[in-house]
Amino acid sequence: MATVVLSSIAKSFGPTKVLGGVDLDIADGEFLTLVGPSGCGKSTLIRIIAGLEHQDAGSVAIRGAGVDHLRPHERRVAMVFQSYALYPHMSVRANIALPLTMSRLKLRQRLPLVKHLSPGRREILRGIEADVGAVASQLQLDHLLDRKPAQLSGGQRQRVALGRAMVRSPDVFLMDEPLSNLDAKLRVHMRTELAELHKRLGATFIYVTHDQVEAMTMSDRVAMMDSGSILQLGTPSQLYEKPASLKVAQFIGSPAINLLPASVAAGGRLELFGRPLALAVDEAPGRSVTLGIRAEALSLSHGEPGSAVFSARLRRKENLGSEYILHFDLAGRDAAAGVTMRASPATAAGIHEASEVTLGFDESAAHVFGADGERIEPRGQGAATGSVVPLRA
Amino acid sequence: MSGIALSPTRSTLRRYLSLALVHAVLVAGVVFMLAPFVWMLVTSIKPPVEIFTAEISLWPKQFYALQNYGMALEKAPLLRFALNGVIICGGILIVQLLVAIPCAYALAKLDFPGRDLLFVLVLLGLCVPVQVPAMPLYIGLAHLGLLNTYFAMMVPFFISVFAIFLFRQFFRSFPDDIIHAARLDGMSEFEIVWRIVTPSAWPAIAAFCVFSAVAHWNDLYWPLIVISDAKLAPPPLGMMFFADAEAGSNYGALTAAATILTAPLVIAFLIARRRFIDGITMTGVK
Repeated sequence: MATVVLSSIAKSFGPTKVLGGVDLDIADGEFLTLVGPSGCGKSTLIRIIAGLEHQDAGSVAIRGAGVDHLRPHERRVAMVFQSYALYPHMSVRANIALPLTMSRLKLRQRLPLVKHLSPGRREILRGIEADVGAVASQLQLDHLLDRKPAQLSGGQRQRVALGRAMVRSPDVFLMDEPLSNLDAKLRVHMRTELAELHKRLGATFIYVTHDQVEAMTMSDRVAMMDSGSILQLGTPSQLYEKPASLKVAQFIGSPAINLLPASVAAGGRLELFGRPLALAVDEAPGRSVTLGIRAEALSLSHGEPGSAVFSARLRRKENLGSEYILHFDLAGRDAAAGVTMRASPATAAGIHEASEVTLGFDESAAHVFGADGERIEPRGQGAATGSVVPLRA
Repeated sequence: MSGIALSPTRSTLRRYLSLALVHAVLVAGVVFMLAPFVWMLVTSIKPPVEIFTAEISLWPKQFYALQNYGMALEKAPLLRFALNGVIICGGILIVQLLVAIPCAYALAKLDFPGRDLLFVLVLLGLCVPVQVPAMPLYIGLAHLGLLNTYFAMMVPFFISVFAIFLFRQFFRSFPDDIIHAARLDGMSEFEIVWRIVTPSAWPAIAAFCVFSAVAHWNDLYWPLIVISDAKLAPPPLGMMFFADAEAGSNYGALTAAATILTAPLVIAFLIARRRFIDGITMTGVK
């Protein structure tokens, strides 16, 4: 059972607080992604799990036992680094074999000269060779075994780094942005390969990335981090459909969520650009809130019931082939950033640049965030009835 | 049209001019550096009469090399001096590397209290000339009865602060992730130093080897203090004994001996030249 349990992990580098009491339970065989902007502490956290950094407070338990007193290799975890961290002067074969030679050969069997005198060394080396060969053929590295890392392409180095991690058959894989040095096409390909590898090995994967697409596509659960703490922990769809805070909503999803300033009117009713909405919240009147609307929730308004409207001017069209991303300015509004909307090619063809249109959105798909950035459940919606908010005012 | 046609020739002309200028400066430097060597070589093949003439000539009228080199090899144990030089330089170099590489790794990559203070001490150590501790070292060696030994000639140089400094600068640019990976793979810190970090530092090590070997091959000061037995003399001290006892003012034979004793260094440098330059530029730029 390779569970990983973190309890109130804290870490500072000098006066800078990097992690402020992180708690996290990772189940056996789970693919958990730590995602967040750079500097949020996700890499430090994974290094603490590996034992490469020491936490100031809190504890790490792997397989139900505390590992804080153990050195990195005694924790029986494998790590893949962003820079691959291959040993530059060793062949691919020696790189992959190294973890095994370290664990299976005794010190005297590794010393120069003396090693040739040790009995049994040859059989162990043969076993290592067989294991390296097995891993290499799984990763299609057979023909590269005698090359040096410098003679490999980025994708091949990536696979060697994976092989070096796999050869020990660890229960826990730690991956620190393993795909971010690859080009876009290879990254998409390796995403699939990694997800399949996870399924095949059944090991626990802890994956660090700043790319929300990687987090969304591969993970069982995602922990969104910012400024040294976990903002939200959940499945990818939970993070997308019910972001717990403004920061999560902004980070997850592409194009980024549209944010519109709204205010609370009498009776908790929300007002957008001076027009009352059907949405109501349990907040005092006069408070200002932020409405978050995904680009796919926006549409050209034809006055459907249950949908709010506002006018906008088309600034730019982005053609993605299967669909368009339309960028609108909100003329005369203080939402300076404008909004983006997904549209089918047919819809996009009907709008011209600089033309003024009326946009609408399904109010039940809108997320409401308070002034502190926390999610506010609209009245009558949190009960999971799924019913559409009735009638526009 | 004519302007366009003209400009390429003009630019090539300018390029050649600047190349010529650069090379003139370099050639002047080369002449300055090589003149003593050339003079040594020329003198070593001249008969005594020609050495003391007032005119400067780069080739002797009477070829006298055989006599000069013959006398040098016959009268002075040059091979013995050279062997002493090899033993001393080799011994010093091996201990220097064994000490300096782990020290430099600790200063560059390990995090421990007092590390920066230690590094400052290393830098201060660079500022202490060898003459300063000469007296106490001599007295210490005399009390231990170790004067007139190879050990006495080598011991002051076993710890090279320059090597620690040079390797520390080199190791700092070694990627932390590779060291982390080695720790995860189960390597001890000593194995990381010798099996992972050192193989990547060959240019710096080669550069240091040249520095160290040249300095101690040519060192006269310290052997002069601790050695009085001509059988233990390294090349420069041997030359001095030879000059006093045998050659006197026979400069032809003296320069022949000097040529023989300088040759190993020059040849070694020519072989290691590329590595040496790599090492200097790699540690210097970063």
